[in-house]
Amino acid sequence: MAGAASLRFSADMSAISWFPEVGLGDRARVGGKGGSLGELVRAGISVPPGFVVATEAFEQFLTALEAGEPVRERIEALPADDLPAITACSQALRSRIEQTALPEALSEQITAAHAQLCAESASGPTLAVAVRSSATTEDAADASFAGLQDTHLWVRGTLDTLRLIRSCWASLYSVESISYRRHRRLPEQGVSMAVVVQRMVDARTAGVMFTRSPTTGDRSVITIEGAWGLGSAVVGGEVTPDRWVIGKITGEIGVRDISDKAIQHLPAISGGIRTEPVDDAQRRTPCLSDDQLSALCAIGRRVERHYGRPQDIEWAIERSSGEVLLLQSRPETVWSSRDAGPVARAAGNPFTHVMSIFGGRR
Amino acid sequence: MAGTERAQAAYPYTIQFGPEDDGRFWFYNSMHFPEPMSCFDMVTAEAAYCALGAANTRVHCLPTTLGIDHRIINGRVYIGGNAVTDPAEIARRTEQFQKRAFYYYENWERLYGSWKEKMLALIRSAEALPRPALPEFEPLENVHAGRGLAANHTLLETYQKTLEGYFRMWHHHFEFLLLGYGAYLTFFAFCKQAFPEISDQTIARMVAGIDAEIFRPDEELRRLARRAVELRVDGQFQDGLSATTIIASLEQAGPAGEEWLRELATSRDPWFNINVGDGFYHYHRSWNDDLSMPFAGLPGYIARVKAGESLERPFEKLQQERRELIAAYRELLSSDEERIAYDQMIELAHRVFPYVEGHKFYCEHWYTNLFFNKVREFGALLAEHGFFADAEDVFHLTHYELEAAIIDLMNAWSTGSKPRGPAHWPPLVAERRAALEVWAQHPTPPALGPVPEIIDDPAIVMLWGITRESLDTWLNADGKDTSNEIRGFAASNGVVEGPARVIKSVDDIGRIQSGDILVCQITNPTWAPIFQKIAGAVSDIGGSMSHAAIVAREFGLPAVVGTGSATSRIKDGQRVRVDGGRGVVTVLG
Repeated sequence: MAGAASLRFSADMSAISWFPEVGLGDRARVGGKGGSLGELVRAGISVPPGFVVATEAFEQFLTALEAGEPVRERIEALPADDLPAITACSQALRSRIEQTALPEALSEQITAAHAQLCAESASGPTLAVAVRSSATTEDAADASFAGLQDTHLWVRGTLDTLRLIRSCWASLYSVESISYRRHRRLPEQGVSMAVVVQRMVDARTAGVMFTRSPTTGDRSVITIEGAWGLGSAVVGGEVTPDRWVIGKITGEIGVRDISDKAIQHLPAISGGIRTEPVDDAQRRTPCLSDDQLSALCAIGRRVERHYGRPQDIEWAIERSSGEVLLLQSRPETVWSSRDAGPVARAAGNPFTHVMSIFGGRR
Repeated sequence: MAGTERAQAAYPYTIQFGPEDDGRFWFYNSMHFPEPMSCFDMVTAEAAYCALGAANTRVHCLPTTLGIDHRIINGRVYIGGNAVTDPAEIARRTEQFQKRAFYYYENWERLYGSWKEKMLALIRSAEALPRPALPEFEPLENVHAGRGLAANHTLLETYQKTLEGYFRMWHHHFEFLLLGYGAYLTFFAFCKQAFPEISDQTIARMVAGIDAEIFRPDEELRRLARRAVELRVDGQFQDGLSATTIIASLEQAGPAGEEWLRELATSRDPWFNINVGDGFYHYHRSWNDDLSMPFAGLPGYIARVKAGESLERPFEKLQQERRELIAAYRELLSSDEERIAYDQMIELAHRVFPYVEGHKFYCEHWYTNLFFNKVREFGALLAEHGFFADAEDVFHLTHYELEAAIIDLMNAWSTGSKPRGPAHWPPLVAERRAALEVWAQHPTPPALGPVPEIIDDPAIVMLWGITRESLDTWLNADGKDTSNEIRGFAASNGVVEGPARVIKSVDDIGRIQSGDILVCQITNPTWAPIFQKIAGAVSDIGGSMSHAAIVAREFGLPAVVGTGSATSRIKDGQRVRVDGGRGVVTVLG
């Protein structure tokens, strides 16, 4: 899709950015999720195609909203501990956001982008998309804050898409989000949100990949966990995934834990996800072949090298094409924050290193 | 054990367990001595521990350990370390150690160069020893030359030189060994800390030499396979034909056959001086003594040559791969500080490794062969004079007893009387042989005495890989294990199923069919020829840096080594699954 990017871009669509047009440097406009997906495309990694409704869109909408009644000012006036007041304000604001129509130009831009996404897919107008909040903040504390924001999966049709984009924006004004900002005395100016609209992947197999061992922090292995169907079953802990530990350098598969995968998540026709039992014959069958494992490893290494640090990755293998797609990649945080000093230091006399063996216990 | 007391008493008093040994921790050295030791073979333990201890205690002055004591019970060798724990003493020894060991590291190549010269001179002098013989009359030329020594003295001289050479060889063996392993383990431990999930195999691959002596015998075999095809005598090599039959048919095959036999002779000296075992038992014969092992591999190699494979090991490519591996792990380190330490450690590991890999060919294989074969010649002479029914019976005498028997024969030859040995030895030999059979069936506790809290004696950890954790596993493995899973070291990746071929002696090698899973006590590179036939390998003994593991990887065969008990738990013909990536063997039925 990278090649098609230039065709899509035009000045009057400035609130919309297609993935190949953005990168991590655009985080302020497209949020962490949007920037990261764009960055993956730049690194040559396949991700399901999509676009970002950038923060300008939110700002335009908010301007329209504030024309009626102030928003930011009222929130800043709320006492952090006055939960009833926050709740009342949140409810009022959210229903205003969900009921206020989008500025027409904005609505047209999003509708056009959505139509283009549908047109490029075999599903056409019935294409299912994900509508995800993409927060503009990114440090560790804010990452958990980002978790408070909405993600909507298997969304079909333009109207629902437009509605759920507003719903993502509205999540900025949830009770939890407002309380969080009030407790930290964060200014409302600059509180903004981008929204990612992305083609859903009907996954035959999906899961997660860590380019650093989650159990030991080892940077020389890649751990892959996967199960049949959509990745939500793995991420949500509803199935014990198959697990492999693979040498990042050697490609050797050191651990193969094939589990009994009793259920799988599948897209529901009416939208959303349904849970189905896995056929007996498939339950104990590895959900990835060795070739797929090595393809995933190569992708993991590429992403890690691109970012210069270990990554936590969500991936899927598309049912129809068998293509390996990345849904998300985030920097690994647990071990990175724990890194202690060097295992050994340069020695004036290199032979003194052997004293670690000959010198008795340290 | 009832009925074997006298056989037990035959071992020297120095290595019998005594009351003073209670309260001390001993573990069974199943790695080097996996089978009950005949009286003579105990010379290996005696000479090796004598030399190892001298190196540790007096020559290199290892700070935290002295030598290793050994004892024998039921033919099994138990060993115990001698740790230094007083901090002041450790400090005193550390100062000495650094003056000595660091000098060796600094001058390693030069010292190893002169080591090889020393070893080759020792081998040549052992080869020059005469075959023991007693003529009826002293040859006239000796008398006319005024030699002043009779043939019976030459017997004693030859025997004592044989024995002295063996003790000397073991000193050479340990001249570098601990220092070499220590430098390697320093790098190994660093890798394990920096990359907790790195496999032992990967570390070994970063350090292992690509053109080490230990690969040569198999390379010679590949060369001979190529030559057979080039000379168009490959039709003579068929599965199931004995080496003798093939050689006889080549002798009849005209100039091409003769040419191939000349090539064989070139390869045999010295590269077929390699044992089918670790060289610690007299019955671990060399390829030269028993051509069935190398010849078992030739038809397979010939078939591969004819299929267009070159069979040459791609040195350049392997070297390039090793460089890339080292660079790739280096890049993953977290800081330049660590990278410098990594460079320093791997440089030293590379410096010492040619010795770590190379010494075995000269010591455990080549020299040990000469030694046991010389003793075998004494056995033949004594058998000829009625001491034993069979020359091999000589190995049921300790080396002290053998000297007495030789002196017995010397006396008889000089006095003209009959030797006393023919009446004395046969019943003792029979008793000792029977005891070895009883002991072989008897379970062997992996350890005796109180298990220490920690085991950090570097010699023990290095040479036997014994830590508190591994010991716990062994001690538990000895209990009632009804599971169908057997665990060992993951030596070579891959999963394979097939019928188990449990090989307890080299004589069984002929039973191996294509697609079998080889189950054996120990493998070493001399088994390489049959690795091309089998589908997987499992051994009782060996670590993941053992050569068996390296050869298995080279053949791309799944292998699990160091299981401790595979040959006793798996029955011949049972179907097994070998998971070489996880180090698990599953008995399927």
